[in-house]
Amino acid sequence: MNWKRKDLLGLEELSREEIVAILDTAASFKEVSTREIKKVPALRGKTVVNLFYEPSTRTRVSFEVAAKRLSADVINVAIETSSVRKGETLIDTGRNIEALKADVIVMRHSSSGAAAILAKKVNANVVNAGDGWHEHPTQALLDMFTLKEKTGEIKGLKVCIIGDIAHSRVARSNIWGLTKLGAEVIVCAPRMLIPPEIEKMGVKVSSNADKAIRGVDAVNVLRMQFERDEKTAFPQRLEYYKNFGITKERLHKAGGNIIVMHPGPINRGVEISSEVADGPNSVILEQVTNGIAVRMAVLFLVAGGEKNRT
Amino acid sequence: MGNREEKKILAAEEIHRILIRLSHQILEKNPKASDIVLVGIQTRGVYLARRVQASINDIAGLLPPTGILDITFYRDDLTAVGLNPIVKTTDINFDINEKHVVLVDDVFFTGRTTRAALDELMDFGRPQKIELLVLVDRGHRELPIRADFVGKNIPTSLKEQVEVRLKESDGVDEVVVIEGSGGYK
Repeated sequence: MNWKRKDLLGLEELSREEIVAILDTAASFKEVSTREIKKVPALRGKTVVNLFYEPSTRTRVSFEVAAKRLSADVINVAIETSSVRKGETLIDTGRNIEALKADVIVMRHSSSGAAAILAKKVNANVVNAGDGWHEHPTQALLDMFTLKEKTGEIKGLKVCIIGDIAHSRVARSNIWGLTKLGAEVIVCAPRMLIPPEIEKMGVKVSSNADKAIRGVDAVNVLRMQFERDEKTAFPQRLEYYKNFGITKERLHKAGGNIIVMHPGPINRGVEISSEVADGPNSVILEQVTNGIAVRMAVLFLVAGGEKNRT
Repeated sequence: MGNREEKKILAAEEIHRILIRLSHQILEKNPKASDIVLVGIQTRGVYLARRVQASINDIAGLLPPTGILDITFYRDDLTAVGLNPIVKTTDINFDINEKHVVLVDDVFFTGRTTRAALDELMDFGRPQKIELLVLVDRGHRELPIRADFVGKNIPTSLKEQVEVRLKESDGVDEVVVIEGSGGYK
C-alpha cells in the first residue's frame, strides 16, 4: 500500500495495513545499516529537527542516526537552552523551526496530544517521539518489528506487557499496534498501576505476574518510572522486584522459551534481573538496532512523498 | 484500464535465445570469467540476472555471484512521484571490489534507473568495471548512459509503454508494447 499520512502521531489512528507498510519498509532499511557505507540519499536535502521537551538519549540518538543514514541534515533543539525557557509557546516554537525550512519535526513532549496540536499548525511532517502518557509510536513499532523478526508473524502471538501500565505511552502504543496485528495482549501490574477500563482496549488484565506470563511468546518489560510521578504510591522497589520482576526463575516457571523485551533504560534488580537482561531470552539490544531501521522507515514515509497530505 | 492495443515484440523462445546470446557476449568481453558478478535491478532485472547466471553456468561451468539491487532510496524523483514507492530488498552478499559487475535490467529507457543503480553500487565498493545488460532498449535517454549488452532495440514513441513479462512474476515470458498508455510508469 502507499503511505498517505503527513505525520506519525500514534498507532491508534493507523490501520493494520499502514502498520504493516512501516514494518515492511523498515525491513528494507535494516539492510542499509549492514553496509560498509551505512547511508542512502533518500532524504538528501531535507532537514529533520529533533525537538525534545523531555529528557531522552536513546530515542533522540536513534532518530538522529536514522535521519543521518537517510542523508538528511539533523538539528537537535535542546529545550534547556531554548526560548521555551523564556515563555515561547509550543506552536510558536514549531512555527519558528518551520520558518528555518525544517521538513520534519520529531517531537517529544510531556503533554499528551502535543504532537497532534503541533501537526495541525505546521506544514512540516511531525513525528511523535512520545507525548505524555499517550503514545510512543516508534517504540511500539520497533518492538513489533523485533517480535516479527524473531517469530515470523505477530498474528496469534501472546504478549504480556508488564510494569507501570498507567503511566506508560509505550504500553498504550504497543496495545494499539499488537491488537491491530492480531496478537493477544495481557497487561500485568500492581492494581494501582493499571488504568481503569483498560480492558476496553481489547487486553486481558492481571496482577499476578506468574499467571500473566505463563505460556506467552514474549514479555515486554516496562521501566518503573520513579522519576515521572513521585507522589504516586509506587510499591517498594524490592517488593516490586519480588512480585513482578522478570527473573530467570519466573521465566522458567512460565515455560522458559519467552522473548524478553524492554524499551530501556533498564533498572536492573527492579523490573528485570541482570541475568535475564543479559541472558539468551533478551532481545533488548536488538531492539535498539531495529529502532534505527524503524525510524528510517517512518522518516522516509512521512517525508518521502508529496506535500499537502492529510 | 480499458482496451489498449498490445503488440507482442518478443515471445518466450526469443527471450530465451537472447539471454543465451547475451551470456556469450558477457563471457567474450570478460576473459577472466571468475571476476564476473551479476546484479539484477528490482524486480524483473533480478529474474533476468538469475537466468543469465544459469546460462553462464551452462556455457562456462561457473556460477557468477548474483545480487539484488533496489534503487528506491537512490531515486531522483522521490518527491516528484507523489506517493511513496514500495521499497524492496537489496541483497549483495559478496564483495564487488575489483569485480566486473554486470548490471541487469529489463527495459532501458531514460537512464535514470541506471544512474541510481550506479550510485548505489559505488556505495558497496569499487568494482573494476560496471557494464549494463538490458533485455530491451526503447530509447529516449535523458542521461548520457549507454548499455553494453542489448537484447533488442525497440524504437518507441513516448506515448507507448514497454512491458516485459516474465514467468517468475507474470506467469508468461513476453515483451509487449502498449499503445497510448504513456511511457512513464
